[in-house]
Amino acid sequence: MNLDFTAEQDMLRKSVAEFLAKECPFETVKELEESAEGYSAKMWKKMAELGWMELHIPEAYGGLGDPFMDLTIICEEMGKAAFPSPFYSTVVLCGLTIMEGGSEEQKKTLLAQIASGKLIMALAQYEEEASYLPTGINMPAKRDGDGYVLSGTKMFVSDANVAGKLIVAARTGGPGEITLFLVDAKAPGITIAKMPTIAMDNTCEVVFKDVKVSKGAVIGAEGKGWDLLEKISQKAIAAKCAEMLGACRAAIDMTADYAKQRVQYEKPIGGYQAIQHYMANMLLAYDTSINYLHKVVWMIDEGMDATLEASALKAQVNEKYKFISERGVQIHGGVGTTREFNIGLFYRRAKAAEYVMGDTDYHYEKVAKALGM
Amino acid sequence: MDFRLTPEQETLKKEFEDFFREEMKNAPRGFGDEGVEGAYANDENFAFHQSMKKKLGAKGWLSRPWPKEYGGADASVIEQIIFNEVLEVHGAPGVDIWGVGMFAPTIILFGTDDQKKRLLTPIARGEVQYCQGWSEPDAGSDLANVSTLAIKDGDHYVVNGQKIWTTGAHRADHMFLLARTDPNSTRSRGLSVFNVKMDYPGIEVRPILFLDRSHVYNEVFLKDVRIPEYDRIGPENDGWRSTRETMNFERSGVGAFAGGKKTLQELVQYAKKTKRDGQPLSNNPLVRRKLAELFVDLDAGHTLAYKIAWLQHKGGLMMAASAASESKVFGSELTQRLVNYATEIMGLYGQVQHSKWAPMGGRMPSGYCFAPGGNIAAGSSEIQRNLIAWVGLGLPRFK
Repeated sequence: MNLDFTAEQDMLRKSVAEFLAKECPFETVKELEESAEGYSAKMWKKMAELGWMELHIPEAYGGLGDPFMDLTIICEEMGKAAFPSPFYSTVVLCGLTIMEGGSEEQKKTLLAQIASGKLIMALAQYEEEASYLPTGINMPAKRDGDGYVLSGTKMFVSDANVAGKLIVAARTGGPGEITLFLVDAKAPGITIAKMPTIAMDNTCEVVFKDVKVSKGAVIGAEGKGWDLLEKISQKAIAAKCAEMLGACRAAIDMTADYAKQRVQYEKPIGGYQAIQHYMANMLLAYDTSINYLHKVVWMIDEGMDATLEASALKAQVNEKYKFISERGVQIHGGVGTTREFNIGLFYRRAKAAEYVMGDTDYHYEKVAKALGM
Repeated sequence: MDFRLTPEQETLKKEFEDFFREEMKNAPRGFGDEGVEGAYANDENFAFHQSMKKKLGAKGWLSRPWPKEYGGADASVIEQIIFNEVLEVHGAPGVDIWGVGMFAPTIILFGTDDQKKRLLTPIARGEVQYCQGWSEPDAGSDLANVSTLAIKDGDHYVVNGQKIWTTGAHRADHMFLLARTDPNSTRSRGLSVFNVKMDYPGIEVRPILFLDRSHVYNEVFLKDVRIPEYDRIGPENDGWRSTRETMNFERSGVGAFAGGKKTLQELVQYAKKTKRDGQPLSNNPLVRRKLAELFVDLDAGHTLAYKIAWLQHKGGLMMAASAASESKVFGSELTQRLVNYATEIMGLYGQVQHSKWAPMGGRMPSGYCFAPGGNIAAGSSEIQRNLIAWVGLGLPRFK
């Protein structure tokens, strides 16, 4: 048993943290939040040059073939910096889908484009009903000669507004019979609208009106789209939780620093027991989950089935990120509720992250099923 | 990073499992139903505990982590956590946590060679049972406030005072005692630690009944009790230093999580086979949610306990100390949540004690009664949170 990171992993973490601190301090985060694209193309190019996108892509497709653990280190540091970018959509959701289920041609072409930073992608899964289940995917893809026609509305598509290509989940048979399609984001018939969200991120509605796609647009096999999404779900969950836990750590450290400096009744408020107990609860919440994250990520790298553990992880991290960020605002007092101070960045993001790859109720139910009930 | 046990550790784990599986077949009927400290609760249970102790002693399993020169096997922290986990999962007695878990490590760190020879061997062999003479009516969380006096008289100390919450004192052969040897001192200065035989004249043990009437705790009155000087552990008036070390030995703990996981498995089976209002309890979404929540916290806590063992193994004591406090408070509060959810799920049966009517031997209502004690003993949750804040986050400690 060895519960330490390698020296290389520590170096990776350090270099990612330094890059983000230099390129995107919290003031820049807030500027990006207010921009239409919600990310910086200049930073994105630099990240590609540093090899962040290609880290976990297999060497056969031009990547570094590093373990999934290393990718989660990048996600964790991004979370700490509240860093806005289409990295999760592109590298995790879409990149992993192509890696797991794409054809040789798709893998060769798309993974290289992702690695170079030239391609941003978005996954379009959810619809108006906001279901997390395959039976909630009802936008049809109708056969049209050799290809298909997509018509309908996709909701909550992260980064559709900056994507070059989309992966679209559509229904090609009975309830739950899903196919994944690669679609050009600028194809005729597609209308993208950014929804205002409290995380000020690129959450979009994407309307499809008679959008034609060729047979070659299918990723994997017809009707097997849900299986493919399930296949990448453990990694997608773990990567998101890594980002969320990085944010939790930053929120705790930021709040502890504030509590040590803020003086009321002639003493730093961090010495008062109520504050100390809130902070102890926050640190306990973080420590119980960060080690669990590492175990889940390790299981995935070892090729073990972490279905139960990934759901257990998402359920707890959902609740803890909200708890930690909310207590963080509380401890900051009045200034915690301002845009000027940065604890609010985490408070808003905690709510958005709760919904990614399944909410708390969804995952507790998955745990219950996995326990045999 | 690698969460796997080594092949040697796996072999060791299997050896422990095979042993306890066999031995627990000899447990008295209903053993474990009396709750956490049930080994002390009645004569039959205690006799089983004593016999298990001797068997563990004969195998050298009570002293595995000690240095070889004192009869140990230099076993690693990881091996010890494996042993504790298997012990807990089987609900097995046989480990005197006071003597084996707390006092022996203290003697190894602070005792003289004579004391190590004289006192460690009976502990290792499972021949003695200890109790902890720390808390007093005016010294609970604020342990440094002890007022039991131990005044030098020739080559003895004369002890007068009162201890409280002394688990198992009514069945102990020895007590490790914290007393004030400098009568002009206050708080943590002027304290010393002693090994005391419970059959010395002047020692009176009076039961304190727990809120469910079980007899686990006691008051111990000491009137003119004479203790030989050679049983003082560490320098005179330096006892607080060793006491603080000893506290950390009480706090690490995979037990709550390993035992809790086993209980959860039983609860899931109970929910699947028990019908109410036309369906198995396990179909009820509220039941499913409660059991799922318990699994999530138990699995996370279990992982934390191993991380703490890893930190202790590497020697990162400060981090380990804060993390040990986290584990303790998380474990006891999770146990409380577990017995609350279990007794809710059981409905009306959640109040029935050990009897033919009680599901799971009545262990859940018994656990419900004991749960607040877990949040109070071995450093209350409030104290643990103070420590997490001070040590884990560097928040200021006002004088």
